[in-house]
Amino acid sequence: MKRAELKQRKLDATSARVEGMTLPAGAAWAEALRQDALNRLLAMGLPQGRDEYWRWTRPDTLNADAPKLATVFVAKEAPVFSGIDRLKIVFVDGVFDAEASDALDGENLEIMRLSDALSADIHWVKDAYGVQEKKAQTPVERPFATLNTAFATDGVVIRATGKVAKPVSLIYLHRNETSDAILHHVIRVEEGAELTVLENGPAAARFNKVMEVEVADKAAFHHVRAQGRDHERRAVTHIFGTVGQEALFKSFTMTANGVLTRNEVVLDIQGDDSMAHVAGAALGDGDFHHDDTVFITHDAERCESRQVFKKVLRNGAKGVFQGKILVKAGAQKTDGYQISQGLLLDGDSQFLAKPELEIYADDVACSHGSTVGAIDEDALFYLRSRGVPTAEATDLLTLAFLAEAIEEIEDEAIAEDILHRLEGWLTRRRAG
Amino acid sequence: MLEIKNLHVKLEEEDKQILKGVDLKVGEGEVHAIMGPNGSGKSTTSYVLSGRDGYEVTEGEVLLDGENILELEPEERAAAGLFLAFQYPVEIPGVGNMTFLRTAVNAQRKARGEEELSATDFLKEIRAKAKSLKIDAEMLKRPVNVGFSGGEKKRNEILQMAMLEPKLCILDETDSGLDVDAMKLVSEGVNALRDGKRSFIVITHYQRLLDHIKPDVVHIMSNGRIIKTGGPELALEVENNGYADLLAEVEQA
Repeated sequence: MKRAELKQRKLDATSARVEGMTLPAGAAWAEALRQDALNRLLAMGLPQGRDEYWRWTRPDTLNADAPKLATVFVAKEAPVFSGIDRLKIVFVDGVFDAEASDALDGENLEIMRLSDALSADIHWVKDAYGVQEKKAQTPVERPFATLNTAFATDGVVIRATGKVAKPVSLIYLHRNETSDAILHHVIRVEEGAELTVLENGPAAARFNKVMEVEVADKAAFHHVRAQGRDHERRAVTHIFGTVGQEALFKSFTMTANGVLTRNEVVLDIQGDDSMAHVAGAALGDGDFHHDDTVFITHDAERCESRQVFKKVLRNGAKGVFQGKILVKAGAQKTDGYQISQGLLLDGDSQFLAKPELEIYADDVACSHGSTVGAIDEDALFYLRSRGVPTAEATDLLTLAFLAEAIEEIEDEAIAEDILHRLEGWLTRRRAG
Repeated sequence: MLEIKNLHVKLEEEDKQILKGVDLKVGEGEVHAIMGPNGSGKSTTSYVLSGRDGYEVTEGEVLLDGENILELEPEERAAAGLFLAFQYPVEIPGVGNMTFLRTAVNAQRKARGEEELSATDFLKEIRAKAKSLKIDAEMLKRPVNVGFSGGEKKRNEILQMAMLEPKLCILDETDSGLDVDAMKLVSEGVNALRDGKRSFIVITHYQRLLDHIKPDVVHIMSNGRIIKTGGPELALEVENNGYADLLAEVEQA
């Protein structure tokens, strides 16, 4: 088939997909933004398996008219972050639940529901909604994010004007087996401000989420996310971030279970002397598919970026990593680090990685590594010779493998909670 | 305590016989030294006793307190009271030394049907034992053996031994890579564990370790067999004359 013909088929499929969808109403500026997103989407088309960027992750179930059914999972223990003092914002199948949520305010904090913000005339939201998403379409297209900008039905806008004491906790409950949720959050951390955002839960049978974050000069943004354990759920998420001068951006994601997860992170480091860290720990068993696609651009001097992604895979589970560091000309003294590792607990599982560096500055230190392997036999025997049974020793070595990613979480209580969840997952697998 | 009977072992991967009929009997509270030239099968003996993969026992048995341990998994042998101090202790990045030790101690207690040691009791015990081996708090916090010097690694082995309180300790060339001071420290650690009941097998090339850890019995191993057994004076003989005379003597006989 010819290239042009392929492209046309893709565009036709995209038209068919959005035909039944309506752009949500709002203020004129917001409606114009959504229309612009829809036009962009119709021009680029939703991804297909032949697209290079989707070579290892099949987009068809994300493209389909309706989501596949996902059984609702009921956990026995309290959800993650339960013990953390936080401001709770609850969404049920992608719809904001005011009853279950805390009041949307706090010191140094402005929070508003997305639909309200897009119906009003808020200066900073006008300059932010869909703006990073649009910019991030080059050099690589990210059509699901564009779909999101056009059709997002809910979400929050958050503005931190100083140090925010309690984390803002976005809780995504899944109740309906065929729910299809599109959420879009816009976050701005003002100069010198500090904000922690937590996210947890599966959200829906199919979940498309975009988070646009602007971290101003001398500001700090911490993000810790635990994606829900409902195994049949499917999720495609994007985090877009800009980082100002002497600012800090840190994001960590834990994923345990899920037949399809594609997490994209696109960061643009714009101010000198900043730090941006992105990390992930994924655990998968059976028909698990997990994809981390990361693109970090250095466009300022003396900045540090880290990408630390670890995946534990068993029984045919599949892990994907596509990570890039782009150092623009003039981004001197850049310190870039990227590591992606797959731990295969059996011969059936797969880890696919594409680490990339693209450097135009001449005075930088960038390192990257990607490995795939099994449990270290010598370490395993050493532990067993000390009386630790094989299964327990394997878990201990598995957690050790994940440690570098977990260490990226700055808050000790949150890190402890995440570690506890990872241990729980391993213990349950051992129990049968 | 330990009885090795006519032990024959070959490599699993290739058709190579390493042990060709080893017989050894270690009584309660005894210290036995095994010496011998490179490639004689000393380390293989220690690995086979501890249950390492890659070896196939073709004949013979190993009884620990009357039970044939060759049927047991390495962790079961450990819980039964067998401990191997490694010639090359393994580095385990990401696992804290303290976590490792507590997991091991409690796994063994659990396997023996004993109650787990509380965090406080464990801390108290490990601090006292670490101190006598000059292992500081920092070393306990670091990942297992990662970035440890040769001496630190060996001291860490002895600390594990002290915490796990095995019935039978096998020291596989514990003196290799140690300077005089470190060897003294390690030997003191071992001697502190000699209580008249616990038994030891000390594998070494050199007599000097045996100046510090005094053996009751010395065995000379060569070509997969124990070719001579005697008292401490046998080690001195090796030190003075080398193995050549002994080997020649056996060949003639």
